Amino acid sequence: MKETNIVIPSQEIALKTIDMTVNYGKVEALHKTNLSFPKNQISALIGASGSGKSTFLRSLNRMNDKVATVNGQIIFDGININNPKINVYELRKHIGMVFQMPNPFAKSIYDNITYALRYHGVKDKQKLDEIVETSLKKAALWDQVKDDLAKSALDLSGGQQQRLCIARAIALKPEILLLDEPTSALDPISTAKFEETIMELKENYTIIMVTHNMQQAARSSDYTAFFHLGKVYEFDQSSNIFQNPQVELTQNYVEGRFG
Amino acid sequence: MNAKRIDKIARYAIQTMVAIVALILLALLSYILINGLPNASIDFIFKPSEAIKAGGGIRDQLFNSIYLLVLSMVISLPLALGAGIYLAEFAPNNWLTRLVKTLIEILSSLPSIVVGLFIYLLVVIKWQVGFSILSGAIALTVFNLPLLTSSIQNAFEAVDHKQLEAGLALGMSPWKTIKGVILPITVPSVVMAIILASGRIFGEAAALIYTSGQSAPRLDYGNLNPFSPTSPLNVMRPAETLAVHIWKLNTEGLTADSDAVSAAASAVLIIVVLLFNLMAHYLGNKLERKLTGKK
Repeated sequence: MKETNIVIPSQEIALKTIDMTVNYGKVEALHKTNLSFPKNQISALIGASGSGKSTFLRSLNRMNDKVATVNGQIIFDGININNPKINVYELRKHIGMVFQMPNPFAKSIYDNITYALRYHGVKDKQKLDEIVETSLKKAALWDQVKDDLAKSALDLSGGQQQRLCIARAIALKPEILLLDEPTSALDPISTAKFEETIMELKENYTIIMVTHNMQQAARSSDYTAFFHLGKVYEFDQSSNIFQNPQVELTQNYVEGRFG
Repeated sequence: MNAKRIDKIARYAIQTMVAIVALILLALLSYILINGLPNASIDFIFKPSEAIKAGGGIRDQLFNSIYLLVLSMVISLPLALGAGIYLAEFAPNNWLTRLVKTLIEILSSLPSIVVGLFIYLLVVIKWQVGFSILSGAIALTVFNLPLLTSSIQNAFEAVDHKQLEAGLALGMSPWKTIKGVILPITVPSVVMAIILASGRIFGEAAALIYTSGQSAPRLDYGNLNPFSPTSPLNVMRPAETLAVHIWKLNTEGLTADSDAVSAAASAVLIIVVLLFNLMAHYLGNKLERKLTGKK
């Protein structure tokens, strides 16, 4: 078997990292990663706790700026976004993120979606109404909340709150959606619905998703990266990773021998 | 003893303590109201005080108390909000931040008479501002700022960090997220902090005796020129507050009815604090509902 196996997908690449390393103080959390994520596909990041997958994900939209040192390049739209001159607030409009725990604002459902939009300059009421409707529809939440958009988002169930967070992220029309274990706080039914939703979303968005749930990665992703102790050992089509891994560590992990 | 019995005993013990606390407060309140209210009247509230003859009211003292409260809040609330938000959201976790936090804690336990005398020496005497509303407001700000700052800081620290992350991930700046998302969540706690601070300010006498002074010149409520000595809005005039008035009546009251006036003034003071609390709660709830879409 091989030591590592990093495949470069043949499709158009939405985002790639070149020798990206992440350090927390003097501790290296992530060794040189070189990953290329294909456009309009779902890529899953798997690995045990502490393997660096969340650290990797959070570096992609510069959420780690204050807590870690990120070196190397992150190429998005032809430019290196790991550059202090990049306007991170503008960048995060293009690379959206949904977190592990649903974190809707303590505001109405409507305001949850429009708050950031208004901040980014969309003021027209009709336009806002339209975006609220299409985003909620894409997140498969519209039918449940359309009659009560003024209701506080905190009154929604956990699964609905997570859908609202998706709707809020896609309302900004990002090219890339980063999902950080988005279903770990949801029950199995909500999880299944959530997976269905992201399968539909990949038509318009490139999705990079951290997950602890290997079935989820196998079911819903096109590509999978396996992280172990701060290093990526394998990146390939998910069918290969789960059925025919080239690296022994990956094989052990997907067969449940550790992690 | 089995767990069930211990639990029962513990519950009774706790209930007894609650009852004791409630009884003490109730006894105090009813003592003040029963003694004070028969002597108080609408007329009592709206007539000026008397230094020597009986039958004086508390008009100017009541106005001074409220004016000083508003003025010191206007000075201290923005400062406390700024400092509290900074300490909770932006301050790096280093020795300087820890030093500032410790200093704030020390300052908040400073006796008010010490604050009063300090402001007396510095502002009243050295800067020659004299006994005035302004000196009093500065003393109250110094006295009030540490507690208000740490209450506001705690209110912001209590908000889940995930709210800030959510805002940042949507491309909003930290400040926009704090102002638009986190601040609304803290409104009830901030209102509570303001209520507690206001109660302390309204009842404060020691810090004011040497700063806003012990005399209440007759005010002309039709005179709204803030530079005129008889104008109620003038911040450079001496101003005896209700709490100082009560203290003075009890230590050196010359009028025959000073006991009655002091009892009545105490009752009024308590009722005003109560009204202020109710109003602040009402406004706070309304503001929170408006900002967070809660029903």
